[in-house]
Amino acid sequence: MPLRHYGRWISAAVVLTLIALLGMAFARGGIEWSVVGHYLTAGAILHGLGNTVMITLCSMALAIVLGVVVALMRMSANPVTSTVAFGYIWLFRGVPVLLQLLIWYNLALVFPTIGFGDFQTRTIDVMTPFMAALLGLGINMSAYTAELVRAGILSVDRGQIEAAQAISLTPGQIRRRVVLPQAMRVILPPLGNEFISTLKMSSLAAVISYGEILESAEFIYYANNRVIELLIVAAIWYLAVVSVLSVVQHFVERRVGRGFQHSVKRTGRSLGRSGKGDAA
Amino acid sequence: MNRTTVVRAIEVHKSFGPVHVLRGVSLEVHAGEVLCLMGPSGSGKSTFLRCINQLERVDDGELWVRDELVGYRLHRGRLRELTEREITRQRRGIGMVFQRFNLFPHMTALGNVVEGPLRALGHNRADALAAARSLLDRVGLSDKYDAYPAQLSGGQQQRVAIARALAMQPHLMLFDEPTSALDPELVGEVLDVMKALAAEGMTMVVVTHEVGFAREVGDTLVFMDGGVVVESGPPAEVLSTPQHPRTREFLSRVLG
Ligand SMILES: Nc1ncnc2c1ncn2[C@@H]1O[C@H](COP(=O)(O)OP(=O)(O)OP(=O)(O)O)[C@@H](O)[C@H]1O
Ligand SMILES: [Mg+2]
Repeated sequence: MPLRHYGRWISAAVVLTLIALLGMAFARGGIEWSVVGHYLTAGAILHGLGNTVMITLCSMALAIVLGVVVALMRMSANPVTSTVAFGYIWLFRGVPVLLQLLIWYNLALVFPTIGFGDFQTRTIDVMTPFMAALLGLGINMSAYTAELVRAGILSVDRGQIEAAQAISLTPGQIRRRVVLPQAMRVILPPLGNEFISTLKMSSLAAVISYGEILESAEFIYYANNRVIELLIVAAIWYLAVVSVLSVVQHFVERRVGRGFQHSVKRTGRSLGRSGKGDAA
Repeated sequence: MNRTTVVRAIEVHKSFGPVHVLRGVSLEVHAGEVLCLMGPSGSGKSTFLRCINQLERVDDGELWVRDELVGYRLHRGRLRELTEREITRQRRGIGMVFQRFNLFPHMTALGNVVEGPLRALGHNRADALAAARSLLDRVGLSDKYDAYPAQLSGGQQQRVAIARALAMQPHLMLFDEPTSALDPELVGEVLDVMKALAAEGMTMVVVTHEVGFAREVGDTLVFMDGGVVVESGPPAEVLSTPQHPRTREFLSRVLG
């Protein structure tokens, strides 16, 4: 019997061999693993990690707020509003994030001061690396979020809104109690992935000297030349955070999926019921 | 007859773009009456029902529910269109049951039923829950409080939907083909609930092709075709001796 699965055995053997070879190459490649271990919990690295998590959370928050607003604008009956929203999405999705980060960071070159009327400050004081990273990442992600939110809202059946109207819920209540919870089920899985991409994309902020983990690693290897070791340290932390986020994502999706994943039980039950067993 | 009129439609018109769907519907529904609405597909039955609780807006003619003109209010001697909020208030006494149930899938049966009283009527939680439980008991679902719609059969879902509408303490119930989406063996349990409701004196407008229900429970049968009322009267009469050729043709098809 097991002999039937030649193919499977052979491919498994090939893959394992390749992994072993790769492992050996790394082991012999002169990587100082003790250096990796040492810097994994170094103060500068942890500080960078904190900044990475911070910029990711802030950008995502900004992306969600802007994304919901732009999605609602995009769906509005007013053609001006919806066209503006369309243009926003087109622009901020179309320009590479790295470029957007550089533009925000260098804004002072074209706008030396910013403000309203008499309240003017120097752009350079406002557009800190954190601010530029927040705007660059947050606005870019908000263009994607807007499309996710719109798709989620459109996925809610028209009959749901009518049923809510029929029990006299106000438009605001319908949005909060009926449409959003159901849209969330559609929005959350891709939003979770977007969160994870933002985390990884935040490494780009190193080029505008925002002190996230990659920049911290770079600072250290400029001094001690342990380039690969420090890049591995950063990689390990990214993998760790991404793994944690994936687990969180799984539980959040389960939570909003309530009421939607019982089709198996349902079939069993409807097959099991006999005529009008529990009729009134 | 001296009964209060709950619904009075006078020459109601409604178009969707170029499609003139209601072409002057006139009828009356009295308190405690069960009015059954029949007619071929596309004749405007659903549209008329939806006009009554303002899921659609009437284009022309008058539609009165009790002593209020649907969709308008009198302001300094002139008629003003209602705002969204005022429409919400005007709908309050009217319950509606849909062909495809439209239960909220992310709420349990109990959650579906308390939603209206809790949010729209502002009842306190304990009272709303107690009332919702007793409504679910009444439609025979005392063991399904915590079931999500997806865990219920079609007939059970429709009974939850009826309980959800009743929780708003309506004086008028609208049913749009409430049994058309059900497997034949589940139709009876829903019709039983509706019969009980009629027996308690609820005013009901029921779009249905259940001839048996119309004959047994209906006080009036209205036959619609092409966006107008073609014929109406006591169900037994209309069903046995239809006057209009279109009614005859339709009934011969429905009765097979
Ligand atoms: N929102 C809408 N937009 C455009 N046309 C519509 C809309 N709602 C209904 N119609 C059209 O109005 C006509 C009447 O529809 P309605 O649903 O009232 O018929 P009905 O008598 O309920 O038919 P059925 O028995 O199939 O439910 C149909 O031709 C339908 O296509
Ligand atoms: Mg219909």
